[in-house]
Amino acid sequence: MADTFERVKKIVVDRLDVEESKVTMEASFKEDLEADSLDVVELVMELEDEFDTEISDEEAEKIATVGDAVNYINSTL
Amino acid sequence: MLKGKVALVTGGSRGIGKAIALELAKQGANVAVNYAGSEQKAQEVVDEIKQYASDAIKIQANVANEADVKAMIKTVVEQFGSLDILVNNAGITKDNLLMRMKEEEFDQVIQTNLKGVFLCTKGVSRQMMKQKSGKIINIASIVGVTGNPGQANYVAAKAGVIGLTKTTAKELATRNILVNAVAPGFIETDMTDLLTEEQRNSMLQMIPLERLGKAEDVAKVVRFLASEDGNYVTGQTIHVDGGMVM
Repeated sequence: MADTFERVKKIVVDRLDVEESKVTMEASFKEDLEADSLDVVELVMELEDEFDTEISDEEAEKIATVGDAVNYINSTL
Repeated sequence: MLKGKVALVTGGSRGIGKAIALELAKQGANVAVNYAGSEQKAQEVVDEIKQYASDAIKIQANVANEADVKAMIKTVVEQFGSLDILVNNAGITKDNLLMRMKEEEFDQVIQTNLKGVFLCTKGVSRQMMKQKSGKIINIASIVGVTGNPGQANYVAAKAGVIGLTKTTAKELATRNILVNAVAPGFIETDMTDLLTEEQRNSMLQMIPLERLGKAEDVAKVVRFLASEDGNYVTGQTIHVDGGMVM
């Protein structure tokens, strides 16, 4: 669980160029991390590669916070 | 000019698509030639490309079918390692006057000519976003701008392609993916060969350059957009029509 969060956090920090401290489970990609819609699409693509999984468009649309992403990934592992 | 680039040309076995595939290959690109039915013709294009010291493969796929499109793009990336240029050229016609046009005739043309562009664009956008570069060139038509009696389905699809081009250009611009349309006018192809002398002459009267275009004329504009020379051009529809529509 913690491991998934750390891996997601690293990708978010790299991709969105934000402070590590801002990337919490509760952080919203669009509101707190200033990602636009395309950034979120790209993040999902990178997460798919990192965790070697496929996230459907329907599932991806539900991912709003860092926690959403972590929980979804954990549910597929 | 395009050395090391990888291009996918849909409907690349004949006519304008074939000319585009050959032109990109001449500039050094490796080319995937998509075809729907004419395997023999696609193979001939592949063989001709290999004479230019570029690599080529042929891929059968119906662009209106998402599973086909996904498999096609996967094959291109596996074979060549990247996908830098997509030319959405595949198209069909089922002409009829509006009052006589059947629902299937309308649907089939929209499926291939418009939905096919959407599916292929969506399919390559992932790869191009990862690469942070890409060129998408949609072959529209001048009739998509002017309208044309007897082609309600085709014109609606081509006008749709122009709108899709602009939207895709705006959505993907920040990822350095450039999207443009090329709108050919009257080009000498199998289709125009069927015209009567009278029809041909009346067409010529509408063209300031007083001649029909060649498939190569279209291919050279595509090559420009696909190359670095076109790096500040996106969301545009370039008319290749001898001045017919200004």
